[in-house]
Amino acid sequence: MNAAPLLALNNVSKLFGGVHALSGVSCAVPRGKIIGVIGPNGAGKTTMFNVITGAFPADDGTVLLDGRAITRERPHRIARAGISRTFQNIRLFGSMTVWEHLLVAQPHAEAGLRRLLPTSWADPAALRRAEEVLEFFGLQNVRDRIARSLPYGLERKVEMARAVTARPKLLLLDEPVAGMNHEEADEIRRLMLQLREGGLSILLIEHDMAFVMNLCDDLYVLDFGVIIAQGRPEEVRVNPVVLDAYLGRAA
Amino acid sequence: MIYQQLVNGLTLGAVYTLIALSFSLVMGILGILNLAIAELFMIGGYLGFTVVLAGLPLPLAIIAGMGGAAVVAGIIEKVGYQPFRDAPVVVPMLSTLGFSIILQNVATNTWGSDPLQLFDEPLGARFAVGPVSVSEMQLLVLGATIVLVALLGYIVQRTSLGRALRAVAENRDVARLLGVSASRLTLLAFMLSGALAGAAGVLIGLHYAAITPYIGVEIGLKAIAVMVIGGTTRIWGALAAGPLIGIAEVMTVAYGGSQVRDFVVYGLMIAVLLLRPQGILGGARTDRGQRV
Amino acid sequence: MSTYDAGLLADAGILLLGALSVYIILATGQLSLGNAGFMGIGAYITSYLTVIVGVPVTAALLLAGLASGIIGVVAGFPALRLRGIYLAMATLGFGEMVRSFFLNFDAVGGAGGFHGMTHISVGYIWAWAIGILLLVMVLERSRVWLEMRAVHDDETVAGLLGLNTTVTKVAAFGAGAAVAAISGGLFAHHHVYIEPGNFGFERSIDFVLAVILGGSTVAPGALVGAMLLVLLPEMLRFISDWRLAAFGTLLIVVLLVRRQGILDRSLFQWTKLRSRPT
Repeated sequence: MNAAPLLALNNVSKLFGGVHALSGVSCAVPRGKIIGVIGPNGAGKTTMFNVITGAFPADDGTVLLDGRAITRERPHRIARAGISRTFQNIRLFGSMTVWEHLLVAQPHAEAGLRRLLPTSWADPAALRRAEEVLEFFGLQNVRDRIARSLPYGLERKVEMARAVTARPKLLLLDEPVAGMNHEEADEIRRLMLQLREGGLSILLIEHDMAFVMNLCDDLYVLDFGVIIAQGRPEEVRVNPVVLDAYLGRAA
Repeated sequence: MIYQQLVNGLTLGAVYTLIALSFSLVMGILGILNLAIAELFMIGGYLGFTVVLAGLPLPLAIIAGMGGAAVVAGIIEKVGYQPFRDAPVVVPMLSTLGFSIILQNVATNTWGSDPLQLFDEPLGARFAVGPVSVSEMQLLVLGATIVLVALLGYIVQRTSLGRALRAVAENRDVARLLGVSASRLTLLAFMLSGALAGAAGVLIGLHYAAITPYIGVEIGLKAIAVMVIGGTTRIWGALAAGPLIGIAEVMTVAYGGSQVRDFVVYGLMIAVLLLRPQGILGGARTDRGQRV
Repeated sequence: MSTYDAGLLADAGILLLGALSVYIILATGQLSLGNAGFMGIGAYITSYLTVIVGVPVTAALLLAGLASGIIGVVAGFPALRLRGIYLAMATLGFGEMVRSFFLNFDAVGGAGGFHGMTHISVGYIWAWAIGILLLVMVLERSRVWLEMRAVHDDETVAGLLGLNTTVTKVAAFGAGAAVAAISGGLFAHHHVYIEPGNFGFERSIDFVLAVILGGSTVAPGALVGAMLLVLLPEMLRFISDWRLAAFGTLLIVVLLVRRQGILDRSLFQWTKLRSRPT
């Protein structure tokens, strides 16, 4: 079993006009684990995702995927290397149905020039994969609805479904259960555990402490761009430094 | 010889400056390109012409052109901008395109598509200033431009209206929180820009002693290039770019042939868009916001 | 069919191709106000090839399309740095530059224009028009078109899904340029005389009008728009003096009431990428 982590951030810093959004952040996502990143608002969690996916280049430090540096590579290359993400404020394609979302997210290289031909008869592999993902997330009934017109809970599922369609190695989830009720959140948790069974590694940003308990194998706590604590959820929950950070400000 | 071209270029440049300021005012505050400004320029010119042909004094012509264009601009704001103010910026731009099409049709039907001409060149008296011959009309154009620009400057820098305009340009949401009524302001901004364009139309019509329904496309569109080159992030960039482009154009025609002039001007515009998007007078490259 | 009606139909076919050229580029979220420039390039290259070099029309059209496509790709790269209104302004400038270029280019007549082309029939024009329309409609059912739509809807997310947005946007420019060039070549050989003024800003606007009115999200929208722009004035003879104002008004009304234009995806259920429910 390969002991090297799937994703490693080594001393990553990111500045915005002189302000450190991230400062010397180091963390690792081992293969097949669910790792959580929590912290008060504005701590830099989403910035961390943006640096990993290449949307913002890191100003310092390195990001390694499977031992290979991806630190300042272009977003689409990083995506093809096996990293997918969802967004805090859900970014679906406004004109597309659920089915179309799953088709457009398919692995790129596999189909090549066949992508120029009508999908319904030229690309059975893509159709099969999309069908698979649809079933896994239970979205068959809404396959031909415009994704953005769906209720909030389903929108989040579609975004997640889109992210896993290309069989990524690492899935970045940015507050996937924000605004959800208990049942919906439980379903997301169940799906995440199933994805982990299937070999997917997950890095999760969350606010909700209850959600990350019994889900994350390891937890990092970010505050003002710095990692202030790390450990198993039960330990972190009672860590005085962490409590101070959360209670010390209106989170 | 070259000084003569400089003076001619300055005259054309003055007109460009006015139209570019007009574009820039709307672009700065609303972030949209009001394509109808080119035709407001044309309509203003025709209104001024009509006044002169009726034998009325020149100042009245300028007022008529400015007032008429301002009124039409106000209509465009209500019908062509307000409904789209929350849509992607390309949509109101297309809407103003619709208006420009309508305006040009109105002009060709009202005044015909052949050029209108003045029989006597108004203020045609020329006098020599050193090696250069300047006509009274050219002095009027330059003088009027300076007055209008100074007026605009005063409004923008010294009045509460100007402060409000600048506030909205910086940040619409903050401005609204501070109680600035955005919709009344945008109406005023549109009308101000219409007045500027209308003035430019009267001035150029009088200067050439002729006007056609197509000067909007011929001259007005080029003012977009002037705005871009001067810098869309600072409306005063038009003050530098207008004379610059006017002179460059006149020089190109005199020494390179009239056919190349558009190529040069638009080529400069594209070069600026790609290489120095903040324009000649713009601030830092990261200065992406619009400023009045 | 009278010569007059044939002429109208020919113009409609030529306009259809011009509209499609705008549509293809617009599908990636880029609005081009300068496609008449590519039309002009196509017109002059095709005409030069048939009149001076003696190439048959069909081959000349293909070559002109290819050449224009390459120019479109080259123009597409700097276009990547611009968005929205700034891109629209740059394309406007580009169109004017091309027109100015041909005004000055005496090898193909300069301001005096170019003539000597052999006349082509309405049928030939529509063979090309329908052919390319069908090609685009087939392409609309492919993953490449979905990728273009993804870039249109949210370019950042498209990139994060692994799509090379650069290739998508630049290729769209090239394809649009090629189609516009063919429109130009057909125009040249139908009117058998061309001059730079034929390919100015007003022409670019005609293309955009046709797409916006007819339907900016499906290829047949370009067909509806082209027919509308050519045939409506004929049907409304009584307002013939005001037909431009009518179209300006129609544009504003469409933007207000039905922004996607007359035709849209929901009317085309059969083109929707549907799966067969298991």
